[in-house]
Amino acid sequence: MRTYLDFEEPIKELHEQLEKTKEIQEKSKVDVKTLTSDLVQKIEQTTKDIFASLTPWQRVQLSRHPQRPYTLGYINAMTEEFIELHGDRNFGDDHAMVGGLGMLNGRSVMFIGQQKGINTKMRQYRNFGMANPEGYRKALRLMKMAEKFDIPVVTLIDTPGAFPGLEAEERGQGEAIAKNLMEMVKLRVPVICVIIGEGASGGALGIGIGDQVVMLENSWYSVISPENCSTILWRNWDHKIEAADALKLTSMDMLNNKLIDGVISEPLGGAHADPEGMFEILKKELTERIDTLEKIDPEKRIKNRIKKFSAMGEFQ
Amino acid sequence: MGWFKRIKSGITTKSKDKKEIPEGLWYKCPSCKHVATSEEQEKLLWVCEGCGHHERIGSEEYFSILFDNNEFKELNPRMVSGDPLVFTDTKAYPDRLAKSQAATGLKDAIRTAYGPIDGQNAVVACMDFRFIGGSMGSVVGEKIARGIDYAIKNECPFICLSKSGGARMMEAGFSLMQMAKTSAKLTQLADAKLPYISILTDPTTGGVTASFAMLGDLNIAEPKALIGFAGPRVVKETIGKDLPEGFQRSEFVRDHGFLDYIVERSKLKSQLSLSLKMLRKTN
Repeated sequence: MRTYLDFEEPIKELHEQLEKTKEIQEKSKVDVKTLTSDLVQKIEQTTKDIFASLTPWQRVQLSRHPQRPYTLGYINAMTEEFIELHGDRNFGDDHAMVGGLGMLNGRSVMFIGQQKGINTKMRQYRNFGMANPEGYRKALRLMKMAEKFDIPVVTLIDTPGAFPGLEAEERGQGEAIAKNLMEMVKLRVPVICVIIGEGASGGALGIGIGDQVVMLENSWYSVISPENCSTILWRNWDHKIEAADALKLTSMDMLNNKLIDGVISEPLGGAHADPEGMFEILKKELTERIDTLEKIDPEKRIKNRIKKFSAMGEFQ
Repeated sequence: MGWFKRIKSGITTKSKDKKEIPEGLWYKCPSCKHVATSEEQEKLLWVCEGCGHHERIGSEEYFSILFDNNEFKELNPRMVSGDPLVFTDTKAYPDRLAKSQAATGLKDAIRTAYGPIDGQNAVVACMDFRFIGGSMGSVVGEKIARGIDYAIKNECPFICLSKSGGARMMEAGFSLMQMAKTSAKLTQLADAKLPYISILTDPTTGGVTASFAMLGDLNIAEPKALIGFAGPRVVKETIGKDLPEGFQRSEFVRDHGFLDYIVERSKLKSQLSLSLKMLRKTN
């Protein structure tokens, strides 16, 4: 069963009508072909209309859609082979941060990303995609391995933030993220970062320094979630919609502010409406972008990376 | 005898001890209530004589503590923030900036300067908590970036005193990317083999901890400073329990392996200059 968000209600109704029409056809053998094709067309048009004018808050809702594909879903669908690699070789294995070697169109790629759970039990197991320090250290271990064997790195970002727990503090959450920022700047292999869902703050940036940082159309990326922003600036949760507007957190806003390198379109109705289509789009994008980046000399790539991030800021 | 006995201090404060003290003349320690004149406090480098409480101070005070004879050249003193997102919450961001500038006499939450520390020249960046909670926006990132460039050009160490609540929400994505920017610039300082000393003072949290504050060749802190990624209130909410005594304080952070040493303010300059001296190869 597909889950519909509040603003997707009109699409839901049309889908229900379509189902009913199909039932009638099966039962009474009445020819409803024209009605069916009318409805299909209407669904497409309605979806187009709704998705043509999404508000920032609606995009935040889409980025958290329960049926939106998660990191391992992408990796498994895009690669011919995938070997998951576990652990930071120091403390443990963080289930909120996954990674491993994947074969993408016959090319070996190191995939790393936060993983959310698909049901209540798995959500807990994955800690809601909130990594601990060992997650960031595992990510760094895999990146350094990729560098050693000259394999490009792709990170898939989808997190409500780094985990703010007591033990995370004891084990140095801040240091773990900080170290990754500095090390990722210096990686000698191509690095592509894709925000596939939620890109919240330092927890996202901790695997988000790359030659190409791109966002899926309906993802968000900012320094704080709209809810937490509302809590701090307005002192309650009621202003999350205004906060979502103010933060300029959508893919197009981030691109216009030159804080990311590109936006990847999602299939009509969003990634959750057509996961297979989404996987195909991203696979093609990644392949092309890796091809381009591999042609650049490693020193030059690092120089460009430093130059790009150094240029970010607005001051007089 | 009453049914209940008040055991917590403070509640039974006698009315004569509760007197309001006019600001500017006297300093009353928030920790032990020890009273000193402002002049005495300044001589003690704003550390309580009674209990050693390190009062929060700003760039003006730290520059006077660190630079020889308070002689330094300030770098980019007029840089101010833009309003790239036209951000408005309960107040428009430019108004917030203007108000903070008027109240503090500062341009933003950081100042950078070049000068001698016991005869060794260095670039010192120092954050000011009074300016919107020491939050990191474009100016903080750019001044650190330019400070690092200046250190590379003059082949001298870079020192950063952090004091910040974290990212500045009113610059959202721009603020977040200052973490990336400062970390990227630090790789250039490292390539030039120049020392970076990070001094963490009360409080250092959020995006500042998760970027340049934790990246020093040496990470050093003042005693009992609050240092963490998530703020204590957030951690408390997450675990649903009271936090242990001393959680996220300098001593805790050092004991978990993230600080090289803790130094009292009175010894900050001498320890810093000795560390810098010994980071250089001697024959």
